[in-house]
Amino acid sequence: MFKIIVLVKQVPDTRNVGKDAMKADGTVNRAALPAIFNPEDLNALEMAIQMKDRIKDAEITVVSMGPGRAAEIIRESLYRGADKGYLISDMKFAGADTLATSYTLSMALRKLEPYNVVICGRQAIDGDTAQVGPQTAEKLSLPQITYAETLEAIDTESVTVKRRLERGVETVKSPLPCLITVHSSAAPCRPRNAKRTLRFKRALTPSELQASSTDYSAMLESCSYLRIREWSAGDLQAEPQRLGLSGSPTKVKKIENVVLAHKDAKMLTAADADVESVVVELMGEHII
Amino acid sequence: MNFYSDNKALKFHLGHPMIKQCIDLKENGYTDSEKFDYAPKDFDDAMDSYDKVLEIIGEIAGEIIAPNAEDVDHEGAHVENYRVKYAKGTQKNHDTLTQAGVYGIALPRKYNGLHFSMVPYVMAAEIVSRADAGFANIWGLQDCAETIEEFASQDIKDEFLPRIATGATCSMDLTEPDAGSDLQAVQLKATYDEASKMWLLNGVKRFITNGDAEIKLVLARSEEGTADARGLSYFVHDKAWGGTKVRRIENKMGIKGSPTCELVFENAPSKLVGDRRMGLIKYVMSLMNGARLGVGAQSVGLSEAACREALKYAGEREQFKKKIIEFPAVYEMLSLMRAKTDAARTILYETSRWVDISKSYSALQRGGTTLSPEQRAASKAAGRNADMLTPMLKLFASEYANQNAYDAIQVHGGTGFMKDFPVERLYRDARILSIYEGTSQLQVVAAIRFVTNDSYTALINSYAEQKVEPQFEHLRTILAKMSDKYLKAVETVKGFENEELLDFHARRLVEIAGCLIMGHLLVLDANRAVTEELPNSSDYVKSAEIFIAHAAAKVKEHSTFIKHFNAEKIANYKSPAARD
Repeated sequence: MFKIIVLVKQVPDTRNVGKDAMKADGTVNRAALPAIFNPEDLNALEMAIQMKDRIKDAEITVVSMGPGRAAEIIRESLYRGADKGYLISDMKFAGADTLATSYTLSMALRKLEPYNVVICGRQAIDGDTAQVGPQTAEKLSLPQITYAETLEAIDTESVTVKRRLERGVETVKSPLPCLITVHSSAAPCRPRNAKRTLRFKRALTPSELQASSTDYSAMLESCSYLRIREWSAGDLQAEPQRLGLSGSPTKVKKIENVVLAHKDAKMLTAADADVESVVVELMGEHII
Repeated sequence: MNFYSDNKALKFHLGHPMIKQCIDLKENGYTDSEKFDYAPKDFDDAMDSYDKVLEIIGEIAGEIIAPNAEDVDHEGAHVENYRVKYAKGTQKNHDTLTQAGVYGIALPRKYNGLHFSMVPYVMAAEIVSRADAGFANIWGLQDCAETIEEFASQDIKDEFLPRIATGATCSMDLTEPDAGSDLQAVQLKATYDEASKMWLLNGVKRFITNGDAEIKLVLARSEEGTADARGLSYFVHDKAWGGTKVRRIENKMGIKGSPTCELVFENAPSKLVGDRRMGLIKYVMSLMNGARLGVGAQSVGLSEAACREALKYAGEREQFKKKIIEFPAVYEMLSLMRAKTDAARTILYETSRWVDISKSYSALQRGGTTLSPEQRAASKAAGRNADMLTPMLKLFASEYANQNAYDAIQVHGGTGFMKDFPVERLYRDARILSIYEGTSQLQVVAAIRFVTNDSYTALINSYAEQKVEPQFEHLRTILAKMSDKYLKAVETVKGFENEELLDFHARRLVEIAGCLIMGHLLVLDANRAVTEELPNSSDYVKSAEIFIAHAAAKVKEHSTFIKHFNAEKIANYKSPAARD
């Protein structure tokens, strides 16, 4: 069976920022922002489903590192086309920068070997670094294709992908296994499917199962597809000093609220010379 | 945007106490859960499933269908090589809903369906219609599956029904150039071909919604030499079998995304659905009731869109240094739009519940269950309520949708006349609602017998008997006075002992009955909202008060007209002056 792994993240919805989006100390007020499926991870999930549509005998496993509630986006993935999910969750992971995060994810991926391809969104809207995908690939010595836009071809040996670059597109072919990061210009994810949603609506992590007032254990016993696995730091056999805050060399020195204000407006007339000068200037700045 | 979760009234109506009965009957012991992993295990599970699927449809409606509506309206569908090509947005809407697995919502699970009650199914239709009433036709024609399920042979069911859930589109091909409201005049010829063991269809159909669909239900004359309904049978045709051509699509005023086709049948092979000669008498009538419920949902969805557009604009637009919503002339319009929408919605879901119960009993019988005498009586009562509420719903919901679209433009003023705002499209889309699937005038024809045989009176009384909080007694008093006027008006018209005079006053009588039914339902809604302590319960109270105040005035108008009507003066109306 062809194994596809999709790395997904639950993020605060920074697209709809209200006035209480930031706390007084300059950090993100996660409580005030709804938690959503990182948008480009949905593009990644769609590419995974397209691969499965073509390969047929394939299985999509979703992996998310995050707090307990991140199980929500794992269920969301199941509703849309994934087959199973793993939640990588431990207080020890808290405060991880991209280095510690990619280390943690790479340890989870080692446990999931063998796999044929790993797909993730280009970047998350809370950090906007675009580093976790590439760093994870490096740690696992996987070839990587970043900024993927279209899945051109796939078989059990290789994948061909069109990349969206700043000044055009590039089509590349990579041997498998490899890691792909998907750009927002890729196909949007298909909707939740009604039957899948009803089938997987009670898919739960062990922690959720414990916290639930209804006893679903018998149901999970008979329907193993409803089990979302949960791995802690111990399960990953990770080096503790490389996890979370202690594994994160990135230290935030200061965060400032930047208020954008316009300055030095340039007035132009409709004369040809003025128009030409602004066109030349914009081209020089690579704006047009 | 999610058109389900942003409208609390939907969950309110879904949670009506009668839904328990609907679902228990529909799921009949919840035994499907042993065979299908997506079937509910109990009532709560089913309700949760409805909620989740409506969330999906609400999101697609808000995020995809509504944003596509303007382009679809401009682009429309067109014909290429005798086949229909949807507007790009239409195709995208259809593909997305297919991926979401929300075709075949009401079909049994063994045919790949979700086996939902009519209530969430109709609710989904309302949600889709709010986003794009024209597209709602293409989605709503999955109703055809119901007809196949109820009346076709097992072979036909097995052949066609599983395809609905994978996105096969449907059409019901009834109308012809000379057979519109009068379907008895259908001419399309069906002849049995011994060689292929198929029926061959020849002729022309006109005004066929989604006429190039993959699965087509066709009304045709199978009995040579007949000229009335008894010579008509019902057939299913698969587009893949060939023999049909789309000659043209109509250039319409509204619902432009929904292709209205002129279709030519040339030896098109088909299979008989059910029994010969029962086409119009039984099957089309059944399908038509479903379609009328569908137009009810479409109308309520469109009204909801009109209300929201108007309210939004009135809260933003300033004139004379004030938001226009602060002017009595404007806020009255907006509140009345809301009250009419709520009134149409409450009769929509009341109708859906009775249709659902009636259909579930029929399904039980088809499945081989012998109903107990109590169940038979319950089934019969549900069927009667469904039959009497359906034309009332279609009449009022579609007329209100037109009034609401008209007022929505009025609130926008001159801007609303431009193509810059959606209200202009809503106005054009609304116009067909009171025409197709039976004009308002034909709904009155269907409803008037329930006036004269006192069925509506019994229904109204059954609502009036339900206990409500003391705060609603004043509304009940007004409704009781309206009932008195209704009974007197009926008596007056019956006293004429003249069929023509009965027809002449029929609409007035049916409208009075409708005002009473909706008034009572709104009181019951308000009472439930208050007793359930809903945070927005005052909205339901407001709508009940506003609607009943206006309904009382309407009833007075109609009853006064009837009371003072001089029977001889009907002559004045008979030959409208041409002034030539």
